[in-house]
Amino acid sequence: MADLSINFAGISSPNPFWVASGPPANSAYQAHRAFEAGWGGVVWKTIGEPIVNVASRYSALNVGQAQIVGFNNIELITDRSPETNFREIAEVKKRWPNHAVIASLMVDTREQWHEYVKRSADSGADGIELNYGCPHGMCERGMGSAVGQQPKVLEEITGWVMEVATIPVIVKLTPNITDVTAPARAARRAGADAISLINTINSITNVNLDTLVPEPYVAGQSTHGGYCGPAVKPIAMNMVQSCAADPDVGLPISGIGGIGTWRDAAEFIALGSTSLQVCTAIMHRGFRIVEDMIEGLNDYLDSKGFETIYDLSGKSVASVQNWNTLDLHYQRVARIDYEKCIGCNLCYIACEDGAHQCIDLISPDERHGIGPGRLPGKPVPQVREEDCVGCNLCSLVCPVEDCINMTPISNGKEPLTWKQYEERLAKGEMASIPPHP
Amino acid sequence: MAVGIKLNPAQAEENMTGYKPPFSKQEAIIEANRCLFCFDAPCIMACPTGIDIPSFIKKIASGSPVASARTILRANPLGASCAQVCPTNVLCEGACVVLTREGDPVKIGRLQRYATDHVYSNHIDVLEAPAEKSGKKVAIIGSGPAGLGCAAELAQLGHEAVIFEKEELPGGLNTYGIAYYKMTPAISLGEIEMIKGLGVEIRCGVQVGIDISTSQLKEDFDAVFLGIGLGKSHQLNVPGEDLPEVIDALDFIAQIHSDPLHEVPVGDNVAVIGCGNTAIDALTQSKRLGANITTIIYRRGETDMPAYDFEFDLAKTDGGEFLFHTLLKEVVANDEGRVSSLVLQKSQPGPNGRPEAIAGSEFSFPCDMVLKAVGSKKQVEMLSSLFPDMEMNANGTVKLDPATGQTSVEKVFCGGDCANGGREVVNAVAEGIKGARGIHSYLSGASAESPVQPSRLGVDGAPSGSGFINPIRVTEQ
Ligand SMILES: Cc1cc2nc3c(=O)[nH]c(=O)nc-3n(C[C@H](O)[C@H](O)[C@H](O)COP(=O)(O)OP(=O)(O)OC[C@H]3O[C@@H](n4cnc5c(N)ncnc54)[C@H](O)[C@@H]3O)c2cc1C
Ligand SMILES: Cc1cc2nc3c(=O)[nH]c(=O)nc-3n(C[C@H](O)[C@H](O)[C@H](O)COP(=O)(O)O)c2cc1C
Ligand code: SF4
Ligand code: SF4
Repeated sequence: MADLSINFAGISSPNPFWVASGPPANSAYQAHRAFEAGWGGVVWKTIGEPIVNVASRYSALNVGQAQIVGFNNIELITDRSPETNFREIAEVKKRWPNHAVIASLMVDTREQWHEYVKRSADSGADGIELNYGCPHGMCERGMGSAVGQQPKVLEEITGWVMEVATIPVIVKLTPNITDVTAPARAARRAGADAISLINTINSITNVNLDTLVPEPYVAGQSTHGGYCGPAVKPIAMNMVQSCAADPDVGLPISGIGGIGTWRDAAEFIALGSTSLQVCTAIMHRGFRIVEDMIEGLNDYLDSKGFETIYDLSGKSVASVQNWNTLDLHYQRVARIDYEKCIGCNLCYIACEDGAHQCIDLISPDERHGIGPGRLPGKPVPQVREEDCVGCNLCSLVCPVEDCINMTPISNGKEPLTWKQYEERLAKGEMASIPPHP
Repeated sequence: MAVGIKLNPAQAEENMTGYKPPFSKQEAIIEANRCLFCFDAPCIMACPTGIDIPSFIKKIASGSPVASARTILRANPLGASCAQVCPTNVLCEGACVVLTREGDPVKIGRLQRYATDHVYSNHIDVLEAPAEKSGKKVAIIGSGPAGLGCAAELAQLGHEAVIFEKEELPGGLNTYGIAYYKMTPAISLGEIEMIKGLGVEIRCGVQVGIDISTSQLKEDFDAVFLGIGLGKSHQLNVPGEDLPEVIDALDFIAQIHSDPLHEVPVGDNVAVIGCGNTAIDALTQSKRLGANITTIIYRRGETDMPAYDFEFDLAKTDGGEFLFHTLLKEVVANDEGRVSSLVLQKSQPGPNGRPEAIAGSEFSFPCDMVLKAVGSKKQVEMLSSLFPDMEMNANGTVKLDPATGQTSVEKVFCGGDCANGGREVVNAVAEGIKGARGIHSYLSGASAESPVQPSRLGVDGAPSGSGFINPIRVTEQ
């Protein structure tokens, strides 16, 4: 049994799985249910001055039969009063002393920040998360992503918080920015204890083609929303890795964005996270999803001989490098396993129309006239290995597991990076690599 | 024990529905999303009309059933019937790669039904005949799938098509012969209305050779298409064959399609002679109309039977019984001259493979109704009376150019069961279309393009393509 517990910037939690600030973290009732289901922490739905929400609020991107590949919302921070929220946090902490409860905050003035930070500590919360990420509604009022997008402002406001903070402070970053390390560094400079990312991404998920108004629909209008769910995972991981790799950030990272399974979690951890937050996947299927996440992560760590989360954390960060340092001479080619091939020819047309035209359809004559799927006359896809650039496309479109394998082949050449190539070229040590025909 | 009415109307109707129920919109979209959108899709290679299946399925998935139906009906004007009657296990679905991948193919037939149902129930026309006509007139003999396929294609190519049909209702076996629980005659007739909407004229109750001569047709029309199908079932040539309860299975099935279901009399103890698909249909339909015991009597063994495996399974599910290696010697009547039993005899394969009777193995078998389904006769007689000069194949089918349907007789083209010896509706439609294109180039000198799977266009290389040209046939899995 691996040890899944974490100490995240001073906040201890029985496991790395936290309910992200959002609808599932709205009340004591939900926090109790979450902890009963096995979650290690709850980042409370963002608390601030009272707001009013609209109906409707959510929309989704569905792809084929896959529902909620992406999720979009136009909700604001909590619509419950600060009194209710802090009272409930105290209740929850009393019943779950060993679990992490973090108060997410978003207010405006220095005085307000001071007041809310103190009230959070007084409620017994284990930490504070500063919501600088909400990309809709609150930013129009100078809060949320309006703060997260300007490192200077972020640094100043975080400074106000640190003036009075007695418990760990996490700065939650917005992805609606060109270089996420800039606000992350500002958080570090202001003295924050950790960062969490990502919050939601500006989005319009779909236009209703009858009304021509995008969803979510509010009395004939819509508004830019915040995007999350499985579709944002690659964007979130890119940003998590960038922060993890930056020595000027150097803070513990709570990874957020599209996590729904233990595999997602393990990938976020490998890219430098230690705590993980989940919102959409819970909204889709309820708190019980954590059971598989815990078991799966535990079994995975065991299988790899990792004893704690920290043994895995950051393991993949260094393998992400600048393009300039990649080996130009490394080669792999697509190989088709004809025992598995069913004959859909998607690899053929993908390479033909979408890549480098190096798969042929050949007559099945040599195979007793029987093509893949054991069909008479069915043409057989065949890779011309000498032309294959090893791009992966065919293996990505192949609908059969392990049917097209990208196989490394040796060409007897020494590794060569672009940088080395340019240097040697300049020195006249090698001829230029001929352009692709 | 007697032949009579067994069920009330509601029971009869219920027993005769639900074979492959229609998809709801959501079911259709879920199923459509299972399709991989293959390139050079093997399902197309296995469809004799070469419907671009991935394309019509993608249109269902994207929420465009009208465009989907357009793709289907352009390739196959009887796409609604075919959706329900095609033996998809050995055609499109049998070739589907998803079957290879996970043992369960994309339900192409039911998706085809979803799209075609959509346009028929909403009265949306998706086919069009050109406004400008060629001025050429073509006579079509027989309004079965072959004749209809030919007429629809001719109309879309701008020619005038007139169909002559001897029966009261058009459609041939597609109206009168398909197992009722697979498809009701209303589907066939609805499709024919659509084809009439293209300007095709159908003259029912006109038997060519009796009511109008072929020479008259050749004089009045620029070309003739022959699609007269097959004849009656073969004779049994046993004593008692003339008894009133010994019926041609095709007549029994035709009655199911002309009379109200609950007015079709069946026996308590029905014996079906033969073991092809028609025999199975006769068995299942008599059982579903209330027969107590239904038995197929077949002179060869289970592995020899011409019926599809899935039809055999259906007959067993319906409670049908099978006597293999059994010969019919005599149909025996009671005092009232009604069928009361059969004399049967066990058989075994002889040295040349033909079944031979086993001496002394006769036995009596109780029975009050006999359905003959030992194969349909070729139309040799009819053909030689209509076109005495027509060259025939040794097996009694019409000799023709398979690409164009052109026969040895000037101006005359042919397709369907009478040309291929009896296959499926979809083959007859495809041959009708080929005939129409043959006629088109005969009349205009221009060639009508054969459909090629669109994705192949412009791509050189390996063999490929559409089942319209050279359909592959898959074995049942
Ligand atoms: C019992 C049974 C069940 C079947 N079930 C299926 C099935 O489930 N699925 C499937 O795909 N196929 C099935 N088939 C096969 C299918 O029905 C035929 O292959 C198809 O109908 C052939 O079409 P056709 O146009 O060639 O001939 P037909 O459908 O036989 O049509 C020929 C038409 O020509 C008319 N005709 C004949 N002579 C003349 C004349 N002298 N003058 C005017 N008109 C004339 C006839 O009245 C008839 O209407 C079944 C066949 C049978 C017998
Ligand atoms: C309906 C909804 C409301 C949210 N409200 C908040 C919020 O109040 N405060 C906050 O910091 N993040 C909020 N978020 C963002 C989530 O905490 C999280 O950062 C984002 O959804 C990405 O994670 P996911 O892909 O697991 O959903 C909200 C998200 C959703 C879907
Ligand atoms: S016409 Fe028949 S064989 Fe062709 S696709 Fe449709 S169901 Fe399949
Ligand atoms: S073979 Fe199956 S998966 Fe491929 S295109 Fe045809 S129906 Fe779709």
